[in-house]
Amino acid sequence: MAISILHRVTGNGLATVGALALVWWLMAAATGPAAYDYFLSWARSPLGYVVAIGLTWAFFQHLLSGLRHFVLDMGAGYELKTNKSWSILIPVLSIFITAAIWLTICARNI
Amino acid sequence: MGTGTGIGRVRGLGSARHGTHHWIHQRITAAGNFVLVLAFIISLLRMQGLDYAGVTAWLSNPLVAVTMMLMVVSIFYHLRLGMQVMMEDYVHDEGLKFVSILILNFYAIGGAAAGIFAIAKIAFSGGAA
Repeated sequence: MAISILHRVTGNGLATVGALALVWWLMAAATGPAAYDYFLSWARSPLGYVVAIGLTWAFFQHLLSGLRHFVLDMGAGYELKTNKSWSILIPVLSIFITAAIWLTICARNI
Repeated sequence: MGTGTGIGRVRGLGSARHGTHHWIHQRITAAGNFVLVLAFIISLLRMQGLDYAGVTAWLSNPLVAVTMMLMVVSIFYHLRLGMQVMMEDYVHDEGLKFVSILILNFYAIGGAAAGIFAIAKIAFSGGAA
């Protein structure tokens, strides 16, 4: 149940915050160095990092629970125990992947 | 809708009118997103920082430009379908639902247009705007 609403919440978060950030980045790069610097000033701010980490987690959470949907579409994974195991494992995995990515980025920048 | 004929009373109700179509396209764009957005994230991680020169040079590469444009289309098509489902679930006032879905469509098409144009401009101007 929780994994279901998480799929919806992460999806809508990505659709709004994520998509807007993507388009802002692209449009800023297309507009010129000044506009791009303005984008970077936000991206490299504490808020920017919070958003970036949040979006990373939201993406992987949505991707993994989306894969769960694909498996269910095929008619598999409906057994109570199987479903429950994956529903617990998926958020753990998404947090792990997010942490791995951002620790790599931090390690590279220090 | 109406109180007159039998068909008038049931018109507009029932399934989401194009249920299967949406369902399949949601899966297609999901698969597209899986490949394209993951590739994008991997590319971002491999980039040496997000500086203007590096990013514009990267987006000027034809293969990158095409792939990014496809990613933008896939993302906005997928989010349009997904958010529509959410609106149909939570918004019950017919008028508000119509307006919400209208704004959603404008957002999806506008966002995709902006993304595609931005990539094209960077690629065609050779990365130096």
